Amino acid sequence: MDNAIKLHYNVDGEDFTLAGTTSATVKKYLKTLGLPPDVIRRTAIAMYEAEINMVIHADGGVIDVEITPEKIHIVLKDRGPGIPDVEKAMQEGYSTASNEIRELGFGAGMGLPNIKTCSDEMKVDTVIGEGTTMDLVINIK
Amino acid sequence: MKVSDIKEKLNLTCAAGEGGLDRELEGCYIGDLMSLAMTGVHEDMVWITIQTNINVTAVASLADAACVVIADRAVPDEATVKKANELELPLLTTEMTAYETAKALAALGI
Repeated sequence: MDNAIKLHYNVDGEDFTLAGTTSATVKKYLKTLGLPPDVIRRTAIAMYEAEINMVIHADGGVIDVEITPEKIHIVLKDRGPGIPDVEKAMQEGYSTASNEIRELGFGAGMGLPNIKTCSDEMKVDTVIGEGTTMDLVINIK
Repeated sequence: MKVSDIKEKLNLTCAAGEGGLDRELEGCYIGDLMSLAMTGVHEDMVWITIQTNINVTAVASLADAACVVIADRAVPDEATVKKANELELPLLTTEMTAYETAKALAALGI
């Protein structure tokens, strides 16, 4: 792990218009590393969905990305309300987003399912009232 | 075919991102839900939507769309226009519906 690249970002939960900034920055960075397009795309989608979730549901959080020659490891941590039923939240079409958010084209209940599809490993640790940590791995090889 | 070609042939108005008009395009996705668009839009595609908020630029850019056609007389927000200009992502508006736009694109072989 000596040659791991580590990136750290704060996600602002108050400004919905900034959501996606971190994913865009990481995507650009992965492109400069010359990683396979499929890996870049999956990372961008998974990160964007998770970032949007942080903004919609948890008032922001922090994202750590570690890139090694083998994989991209993303840890997203928020201090939001927690997810009462992770299994339900993983179902396509299930969402607790407000109508206001839905009008912007979100809240289709596809966020977590999309993250799962795009990542090779996905772990969700959530505590009600304390927050949620999502651990994602995208394999490069 | 280039973005500028469909702009001209479909009589679309370029509301932002003129810097990207020279880009080649291939294929099309239609939809207004960001999560679905995120996975449905692929590199170099035209994305037809009626969404006008700034998240359109985030999704289009992450999915590497060649341009966004905003159908049904919808007008992009000021923040969306600003971001699209920064990204050189063409936002093309039209009075046509998404269906009419798609039919016209299909007639061009897209």
